[in-house]
Amino acid sequence: MIEQRIYIQGMVLNEEMRCSLADLCSLCGVNAELIHDMIEEGIITPEGPSMREWCFTSVAVKRVQVAMRLQRDLRVNLPGCALALDLLDELEELRRLSRRR
Amino acid sequence: MEYKDYYKILGVARDATQDQIKQAYRKVARKYHPDVSKEANAEAKFKDIGEAYEVLKDPEKRAAYDKFGANWQEGQHFEPPPNWDAGFEFRGTGYTGADASGFSDFFESLFGHGQTGRQRTHVFRMKGEDQHAKIVIPLADAYRGARQTITLTRPVIDGDGRVSTSPHTLHVVIPKGIIEGQRIRLEGQGLLGHGGGPAGDLYLEIVFQEDPVFHAEKRDIHLTLPVTPWEAALGATLTVPTLGGQVQVKIPPNSQGGKKLRLKGKGLCSASHQGDQIVTLQIVLPEPRTEEQRRLYRTMAEQMPFNPRSGLER
Repeated sequence: MIEQRIYIQGMVLNEEMRCSLADLCSLCGVNAELIHDMIEEGIITPEGPSMREWCFTSVAVKRVQVAMRLQRDLRVNLPGCALALDLLDELEELRRLSRRR
Repeated sequence: MEYKDYYKILGVARDATQDQIKQAYRKVARKYHPDVSKEANAEAKFKDIGEAYEVLKDPEKRAAYDKFGANWQEGQHFEPPPNWDAGFEFRGTGYTGADASGFSDFFESLFGHGQTGRQRTHVFRMKGEDQHAKIVIPLADAYRGARQTITLTRPVIDGDGRVSTSPHTLHVVIPKGIIEGQRIRLEGQGLLGHGGGPAGDLYLEIVFQEDPVFHAEKRDIHLTLPVTPWEAALGATLTVPTLGGQVQVKIPPNSQGGKKLRLKGKGLCSASHQGDQIVTLQIVLPEPRTEEQRRLYRTMAEQMPFNPRSGLER
């Protein structure tokens, strides 16, 4: 018998991806209130002129997900998450530069 | 089944106080948190740490665990003696919020699973947890797009609430032009939901395999091209490898080492983003091995007066 392989095509979270506030909430399993708090802390920044038209990039999805895990696993509060995420970005950039050398 | 030395995992002495255990846990949890740590096995270590803390933070579980004595070694073959847990009451209750679904066989056989007995009769309908994994792909797969089969181990809960791990195999399309750090979300391929809730999602993060020739920076592919002094000085048309195959590249005359040439569209291109290949010239000097060859260099020195250090003079 020939095994029929079905290849799954996922959604790529790339530079083109944009999602609404509702999509972001469902992707990350959080409520809109928490997203508001994260925006206020500077963890993520929405694109778009007004709340109704807000959209978020794949970077925002990742940052919300990491912030959720840092909160859950390490009991880091939101300002702490904002700081940790920025430092992680900086660390990533430095690692990238040192790899190039 | 292998014995797990929870004290060693947290790096504390067997007589550590509950406060010392808490502090040690917080320290190693920060160190090995998969979002923070770059250690290769951070994910597994973090899981072990969570499991160790789940036992040691609870005086009752800790006392039961301590009954096995201090002579066991991490990884040693282990079977709990019959009725080892007589007199302790934690089975099916003492779970304090940690997600026990990923704990080891060792843990399961001693303390059962969080969702046993009484708890299971009040299962809420809940979406399963998202799962995160990294997949390592060769650059060529990102350039052309590919299909890959991946296998993840995941916990499975049977009708009696018993947990075992089973391999989960998936066939996944790697889209053309994906770049390192980007993620593919596979809806409903994460951990199973509870109480009839939907399964979580699976996120696959792309990591590029180290390549001996090419190096990716976002969408651009970098390559160092060794050239001879006369190719750099006089100009030449050279064959250069790209991810799409060999191409002919014109080196302009008077090219210095370090000069960068951009091959448009030869990097990682997606539907709406273009990547280029950046070729960096590296001039390699031939070593003069014969008297004749040394004479050629001396002739150059005489006939081409040149001071490369003129910029250093003050």
